[in-house]
Amino acid sequence: MRPQKTYFIPFVLLLVVLLLCFGINVSLGSVAIPLKETVNAFLGNSAAQDSSTYIIWNYRIPKAFTAVLVGGGLSVSGLLMQTFFRNPLAGPFVLGISSGASLGAALLIMGSSLFSGLLSFNLVNDVSLAVVSSMGSFAVLLSVMVVAAKVKDSMALLIIGLMFGSITAAVVSVLSYFTDAQQLQQYIYWSFGSIGHLSWAQLAILGTIVIIGMILGIASIKSLNALLLGENYARSLGVDIKKSRFLIIIAAGLLAGGITAFAGPIAFVGLAVPHLTRQIFNTTDHKILVPAVTLYGAILLLICDTVAQLPNSASMLPLNAVTSVVGAPVVIWLLVRKRKMVF
Amino acid sequence: MEAHGLRIGYGQKKQWKTVAGEIDFTLLQGELAAIVGINGIGKSTLLRTLGRVQPKLDGGIFLDGLPIDGLGPLALASKISMVLTEPLASKNLAVWELLALGRQPYTNWLGTLASEDRSKIALAIELVGIGDLQYKKCYELSDGQLQKVMIARALAQDTSIILLDEPTSHLDLYHKVQILKLLGSIAHETQKTVLFTTHEIEIAIQLCDKMLVMDREECYFGQPCELILQGCFQKLFPADTIVFDPDTGSFKVKK
Repeated sequence: MRPQKTYFIPFVLLLVVLLLCFGINVSLGSVAIPLKETVNAFLGNSAAQDSSTYIIWNYRIPKAFTAVLVGGGLSVSGLLMQTFFRNPLAGPFVLGISSGASLGAALLIMGSSLFSGLLSFNLVNDVSLAVVSSMGSFAVLLSVMVVAAKVKDSMALLIIGLMFGSITAAVVSVLSYFTDAQQLQQYIYWSFGSIGHLSWAQLAILGTIVIIGMILGIASIKSLNALLLGENYARSLGVDIKKSRFLIIIAAGLLAGGITAFAGPIAFVGLAVPHLTRQIFNTTDHKILVPAVTLYGAILLLICDTVAQLPNSASMLPLNAVTSVVGAPVVIWLLVRKRKMVF
Repeated sequence: MEAHGLRIGYGQKKQWKTVAGEIDFTLLQGELAAIVGINGIGKSTLLRTLGRVQPKLDGGIFLDGLPIDGLGPLALASKISMVLTEPLASKNLAVWELLALGRQPYTNWLGTLASEDRSKIALAIELVGIGDLQYKKCYELSDGQLQKVMIARALAQDTSIILLDEPTSHLDLYHKVQILKLLGSIAHETQKTVLFTTHEIEIAIQLCDKMLVMDREECYFGQPCELILQGCFQKLFPADTIVFDPDTGSFKVKK
């Protein structure tokens, strides 16, 4: 690489592609709306039909924004974890954060049937689901952080995260064994991952969480770069390791936990996007990687969502399945073709 | 750099395990010094303790007469740089990026390089002679090249003291001598204090200004010829397997 390289052209290209994908995502959906109508509705032009305007503004645009937040946030979370754990296979699932969210959701959806005699109203709705799964991911995150304070080794932390994931998976499977079919179906729908149900208000909450996570991530850029040398080298460069560990874990946890809470578990984005980004941006500098990964993740999720909603048909594919179908071959291709997964 | 009554080791809370002590030495500017001793005696522990990567147990380490405990992490990073044995976390780093990381103690919160940082990096590249490597990735380098790059990174950090943990391990005799000669010229030309651990006692005796010999009971510090006269090297290894010849300054296997 050349020292002065700022990757100006790739950034502009990515931005253009992002805007294009955003437009395509908004103009396609289960109801066919002509492109002209879409543009009119988007601009608030009175020529558009009320129904189209309603669909565009209250359904498709929030969904496209959610895709941008979810894709960008998960990818940054994955990038932070890969550098922090010095492991190219690290991602939001590895710390057990996503499993924590799943546990919360499972407890609410399937556990509520156990208490349904006590409570006269239905507990399960989008808001309570988001709250409970955030709580679940933060419970796991806090446990991981308590352990992280005692365990100095990042590798051990990685294994502990995986173990937390196993425990939550076990609890979820016990719950699903005892629950009735309807609740189980509801849980499974949540676990498919969906970004289509967020209102503007929920989007605002998600946006706040993602922005806080991003700010913490950007604040960690310098220490992340130092961590590329290893923890002892970083310390010899004057990096406060304890503080940076704390900041990076909080940032990654906020992004992964908050997003999983609202959109369900979405696999492979956090793992695959940083590697895809490194194919274009041949650098390890997080100053360039963080914004690049954000753009790339947003683009990828917009495309996956466009595919998942099977334009002009009434049915939809689970988003989690589409990202896995895209993501898993990417990981295999990187391993086979490039013979290495570097970070 | 000075150390007085220094004890090093590992432990948590009240259960300390002393590895070595008491260690006393004084290093001047522009001196090349080696720490030698058998495996497990605590050479690397001493080096990490001096660089404050790991806490000391007792005694004091002083820079320019002031204890290093009083320095903040950034102030310390602008006085002591280190080359460690631990592998790079990311081999995907380009050499130039790696050298730029040496400037971290001086850059802003984002790590943006100023023109002064760039000139220090260029100077480090020139001193170590790695101009042809600067755009390569670390995984493309041989062990000897990587070691030079790591030394250049320490130089880019622009500190008065450079600590190196076994800079010559995994290298052949030619590259070992090359690296140690390079360290000697860095110490003498830039007036930096260079302290390294090594198993190459014979080469160190020929090239170093001072040596610290770590033995089970005691540590000896002084000029190599003084240490030979004191008979420090004879005691280093069991006399029935390896003997030291004071005349040639070399070890012989006893048959």
